[in-house]
Amino acid sequence: MAETRDVDQITGVETTGHSWDGIKELNNPLPRWWLWTFYGCIAFALVYTVLYPAWPMINSATGGLLGWSSRGQLEASIEEAKAANAGKLDEIASLGVEEIAANPELRPTAIAAGKAAFKVNCVQCHGSGAEGGPGYPNLNDDSWLWGGSLDAIHTTLEHGIRYATDDDTRISEMPAFGRDGVLDRTQIGDVAEYVLSLGGRSGDEAAVEKGQAIFADNCAACHGEKGEGMHEIGAPRLNDAIWLYGSSKADIVAQVTAPRHGVMPAWGERLGETTVKELTVYVHSLGGGE
Amino acid sequence: MKYTTETMLVGLAAFLALLGAGFAADEPFRQHAYVLFIVLALATIVLMRRIDFSGDKMIPLRADGSGKAAAGATAASEGTTVAYLDEVVRYGVVATVFWAVVGLLVGVVIASQLAWPDLNIQPWFNFGRLRPLHTSAVIFAFGGNALLATSFHVVQRTCRARLWGGNLAWFVFWGYQLFIVMAATGYLLGITEGREYAEPEWYVDLWLTVVWVAYLAVFLGTLVKRREPHIYVANWFYLSFIVTIAMLHVVNNLSMPVSFLGAKSYSAFSGVQDALTQWWYGHNAVGFFLTAGFLGMMYYFIPKQANRPVYSYRLSIIHFWALIFLYIWAGPHHLHYTALPDWAQTLGMVFSIMLWMPSWGGMINGLMTLSGAWDKLRTDPVLRMMVMSVAFYGMSTFEGPMMSIKSVNSLSHYTDWTIGHVHSGALGWVGMISFGAVYHLTPKLWQRERLYSLRLVNWHFWLATLGIVVYAAVMWVSGIMQGLMWREYGEDGYLVYSFAETVAAMHPYYVMRMLGGVMYLAGALIMAFNVYKTIRGEIRREVPMGSALQPAE
Repeated sequence: MAETRDVDQITGVETTGHSWDGIKELNNPLPRWWLWTFYGCIAFALVYTVLYPAWPMINSATGGLLGWSSRGQLEASIEEAKAANAGKLDEIASLGVEEIAANPELRPTAIAAGKAAFKVNCVQCHGSGAEGGPGYPNLNDDSWLWGGSLDAIHTTLEHGIRYATDDDTRISEMPAFGRDGVLDRTQIGDVAEYVLSLGGRSGDEAAVEKGQAIFADNCAACHGEKGEGMHEIGAPRLNDAIWLYGSSKADIVAQVTAPRHGVMPAWGERLGETTVKELTVYVHSLGGGE
Repeated sequence: MKYTTETMLVGLAAFLALLGAGFAADEPFRQHAYVLFIVLALATIVLMRRIDFSGDKMIPLRADGSGKAAAGATAASEGTTVAYLDEVVRYGVVATVFWAVVGLLVGVVIASQLAWPDLNIQPWFNFGRLRPLHTSAVIFAFGGNALLATSFHVVQRTCRARLWGGNLAWFVFWGYQLFIVMAATGYLLGITEGREYAEPEWYVDLWLTVVWVAYLAVFLGTLVKRREPHIYVANWFYLSFIVTIAMLHVVNNLSMPVSFLGAKSYSAFSGVQDALTQWWYGHNAVGFFLTAGFLGMMYYFIPKQANRPVYSYRLSIIHFWALIFLYIWAGPHHLHYTALPDWAQTLGMVFSIMLWMPSWGGMINGLMTLSGAWDKLRTDPVLRMMVMSVAFYGMSTFEGPMMSIKSVNSLSHYTDWTIGHVHSGALGWVGMISFGAVYHLTPKLWQRERLYSLRLVNWHFWLATLGIVVYAAVMWVSGIMQGLMWREYGEDGYLVYSFAETVAAMHPYYVMRMLGGVMYLAGALIMAFNVYKTIRGEIRREVPMGSALQPAE
């Protein structure tokens, strides 16, 4: 405990001459490399604060010799990105979707831009790969509710579907045949069997026969005689293997009884005309046509 | 010790909590007040059972038979007349082990939730509520109890003085447990300020302030009445931790409650000033709670366990003052490329870089203390644990300044890299040094010959080390991948990936991260078992560590 000279036997280094609960401290100097690295870090810090905005003054801070700012860096990189596509974006803005898709210069850019916009705005419903899900159409196949041409896709994107605040939105409504008492349960079952038979999936011949008549009276006006669907009013095609709300008989019965109607936002005002055109070309490139 | 006053006060508090529930202004506060009432009512019952109502003077039932009376006598073995207050340290050690298991378990749960979102159970056990439960349980419950217990132990031994303030240390211990319970139940009920690591609402914050001031008083009081001429370095670190956390806690939680019987409050700051205050707090919670406090632990337990002098007194002085001066300015590096003015971002970055060597000063002092005792690593897994912790400390205090560099940060920020960084610090440094301290303290505090099993400590060491390595490596890979995917541009200058695609890409890493956490948790369970057996006084008959190698020498 006393402040006397005390040397550690193992290292031969003097201690500070004091012990706390048996702990002593050696009087080693600061490691040189440690000290010089510390000085180096301080020197780096000082130089950095001269080059970059750092020292707070009365009204503002020093701007740094390099004149760098994070806003300036952002603006520069946006300018750079714009310059890289210079001209193309203006052309896309001025041309129609048919012309853009036909132009070998503009088409790849429009698709890349549309894809990026799709990944931010559309994947939430249509999925990362545009594969859709129950209630949300798959955009990769060749079956389209409201039409798969460039113009049809463009209209859908710009004005949305059943989107209340857009006056030009696409709109249609299937009657609730069961809920409103137009058809009874047996009739709905029969018509569902007939719908299954359109895709060659029914086993109940008697029901199909009864269902065919019901279908002709109630459904064919919109869905077509053979269930081929109608783009003008978004009536789905029924004679293929693609189903929006499920393909089982129970799903079909449910939809005939009390139909669900999907809503899609109108993107025209939100994203702007150029982006909507790019999205159109991208979506068309996935499964457009018909 | 009589408990009449304590019992009456706790009972009264329980009654007030019940009133709070009755007159609550909102539903969360009502539920939280009921939780408080139940906790305090149970505490009242426990306390009442300890009072002997039969005697004239209400003499406590087990005044002599329990550990309490024995606690005062342990100091006899130190060869002095100082009667140390060790019982509160024993409680602290048990609480440390308990909260470690709880915190790590919740960590494994939320890691699983990230890998399999279906495991979110609404509303109490969704990720949003369990995540602060995990961070608070690990940092404040496990880490905080480890700091409480070790600081009370260390300050008594290195000052040769009993804790100041009589039973105030007990108030600190139980008050702190109450804070933990209120914070944790609040999160599950959806009560939060939404400030990272400072989520508890105003009334829980106020309670912690009271407890913390008492903690400061106990610690300072003990330092003042010390019987050593100098204050040992471990105590500088503990004191800086206690003082700074008090300041950080009070300033960051300045807020106005909507109602004094309601759970909601609004911060005194707004906008970017609020963000900066929060990260001034958040970064220094790391700096002073998880670094300075645990350096205090390191400065006592490594020399003790190695039975070697501290490497350099001078280094300890310089790196202490450099560390506490520089750390407090480094917070803005959490807000790079945000609305925070550029000059403040620059200062946050350069202070973080200057912090590198002061941080490493602690590592050097820890590692070099082993010079002349490296052979002990082979036979002493407790010492090995402490050394591994210092190694992880060195790694993460290099990684931290590196990540504060703006160009690195622009990639790493908001990614899993940050999560990996935090965990190599928390699991590697904080966890391992605390485990080492627990293993060191348990036989001493309960006067056992040695731990129940050193082989089990060895198992714990390897499980924990492997768990951290898996965790950190997986988070590096997934974090850097995530950062690169976010900024991946195609030929035409448009983003390539959607956010959901980056999430999907991380799934396998999330599963591996969870497995790393399971390994670490398994190690902690082994420790709990080992500590339990040691306290019971059992000793496992086993081949001594390192003896298998003996014949070769």
